[in-house]
Amino acid sequence: MLEARDLARHYAVSRGFFKHKGLVRALDGVSFSLREGKTLAVVGESGCGKSTLARQVTMIERPTSGSLLLDGNDVAHADVAARKKLRPRVQMVFQNPYASLNPRKTVGTLLEEPLAINGTQPRRARRDAGLAMLAKVGLRPEHYRRYPHMFSGGQRQRIAVARALMLDPRLVVADEPVSALDVSIQAQVLNLLMDLQQEMGIAYLFISHNLQVVRHIANDVLVMYLGRAVEYAPKDDVFARPAHPYTRALLASTPSLAAGRRRTRITLTGDLPSPLDPPSGCAFHKRCPHAVARCAIEVPLLSTFRGIRVACHRVAELNP
Amino acid sequence: MPLLDIAGLTVTFSTDAHQFIAVDDVDLTIDEGEVVGVVGESGSGKSVMALSLLGLIDFPGRVGARRMTFAGHDLRGIGDCERRDLVGKDIAMIFQDPLASLDPCYTVEHQLMEALAVHGTERERSSRVARRTRALELLQQVEIPDAAARLNAYPHQLSGGMAQRVMIAMAISCQPRLLIADEPTTALDVTVQAQVLDLLLRIQRETHMALILITHDLAIVAETAHRVIVMYAGQQVETGPLPEVFETPAHPYTQALLAALPESSRDHARLQAIPGVVPGAHDRPAGCLLSPRCRYAVARCHRDEPALLGPPGRGARCHFRLDAQGHPTGGWALERRVEAIET
Repeated sequence: MLEARDLARHYAVSRGFFKHKGLVRALDGVSFSLREGKTLAVVGESGCGKSTLARQVTMIERPTSGSLLLDGNDVAHADVAARKKLRPRVQMVFQNPYASLNPRKTVGTLLEEPLAINGTQPRRARRDAGLAMLAKVGLRPEHYRRYPHMFSGGQRQRIAVARALMLDPRLVVADEPVSALDVSIQAQVLNLLMDLQQEMGIAYLFISHNLQVVRHIANDVLVMYLGRAVEYAPKDDVFARPAHPYTRALLASTPSLAAGRRRTRITLTGDLPSPLDPPSGCAFHKRCPHAVARCAIEVPLLSTFRGIRVACHRVAELNP
Repeated sequence: MPLLDIAGLTVTFSTDAHQFIAVDDVDLTIDEGEVVGVVGESGSGKSVMALSLLGLIDFPGRVGARRMTFAGHDLRGIGDCERRDLVGKDIAMIFQDPLASLDPCYTVEHQLMEALAVHGTERERSSRVARRTRALELLQQVEIPDAAARLNAYPHQLSGGMAQRVMIAMAISCQPRLLIADEPTTALDVTVQAQVLDLLLRIQRETHMALILITHDLAIVAETAHRVIVMYAGQQVETGPLPEVFETPAHPYTQALLAALPESSRDHARLQAIPGVVPGAHDRPAGCLLSPRCRYAVARCHRDEPALLGPPGRGARCHFRLDAQGHPTGGWALERRVEAIET
């Protein structure tokens, strides 16, 4: 349904009047595919290009190069009118429901707005659709005329989900949809997302840094580091047999109830490098415990290793 | 004698019309070298509790307690002067957002030396050179790469993880006996979070200071703390040693919170969510505060407020404390059956 091939997005940034323009490769050759009704989780730390990816998929921006196929249409090279037509098929849910809902509009107006812009339905039909959607996400009809400030965080995120589903999209891009919520509320919203997926057959592009959540909701996992995919595999493989050193480090860093007392573990040293000045070769080599001379020179390409996709020179040695 | 001994800590914020109890009757003792985790959802009063220990609650907030001592000093009604001698020296705190806690106008070195000039050793108070040496030492202690160069950096030149390390360096600069860390890693990425937690625990072990770790992440507490306090809507609902509390929770809230984690429902399609939301300032229910959301609630829960009961150091604020199998005790089955017949 959705397929990205070598998707790239570069930004030119000014570094001062007398200096050359810098180039940030926020997204640098990422490929993946997503089937109907499935969930692809995109995992990585801040600055790895997760949100840039979301901006390409939702057609907010045009990728610098590469192609993005939505139901067979290449949206990267489509003209403005065609992109406009395709946009309702992809909707987005944002991280912070306190910022993503307009405080001056009632829930009803927020829900009807996408229909008013994209549809031709009369006002009456829009209202019925809005009320039906409100019930679907577990809110009551009397909520329809209230304003966002009258709701708790969990309820607001339900409203944001309802708004995203008004146009009956094929794909919902969820950018950290539960990370601003408390544990007990997080579970409610995740359950809702899974129920809606089953009922309506929507595909999710689920962006998250929380591996425990990803483990629960995803079918496939795409691990990103500094604009590149480092591992792309089915969920079970990623969690049972992480192949890339970065994936392993992420898993080891994630706190867990089951792990018991904290052991000394393979934590990474250092911070993420600046995307303006990425390290040569493998972007990860300065933090990687297994780096060799080759890693500093040659960029590893995403290649197939035992059925999964990994970008590491030493993958065969590290996974005997 | 415990280092910090608090009984019946209550913090209220009152306006003309309303009184809001942010922290309600919390008991907390902590020994030297102990790590105590405080967990709870937002609005449970964790941070207000920490601030009240430092005397940082301003009008219209009011702090009251039956007992509140730190290393022999009574913290109730303590004067500002005396408090300044303790806070920043023997009690230190680190906050959630390091870049908001550092002053953007001064270099790291300046800010590190500031605390030393007030609370440092005699030599440090009198000599600028000694302070500078100590500042460099501190940055090395928190494992900041190229520490000498970082001394002259301004906060905006630091990454989040690096800034939090500077905050830790400032907090430990005067060898505190108690460190309060309020969500120290929430703003950081997972790999950096792991680094900062490891650093914090290493320093805690080396200096044998007491650590209060406030967080909403149960897994972090499970990995780091010796004891835990679970808070809900301002109240302490359960307390006890780890891993006991997380293995056999005695309070339905702890049980439900653990079950709601994705980690706990690995083989199930659905997560076990807790219905409803944490009650806000003006809609606290009668009886047990959890009663509208509790799966075990019976009529008595909606009527009577339970007290924190149980063996010493293993209290739970529930009429029907859960047993080792996770079932409510104390005649709960009977009450439920009577209710079923009545309706």
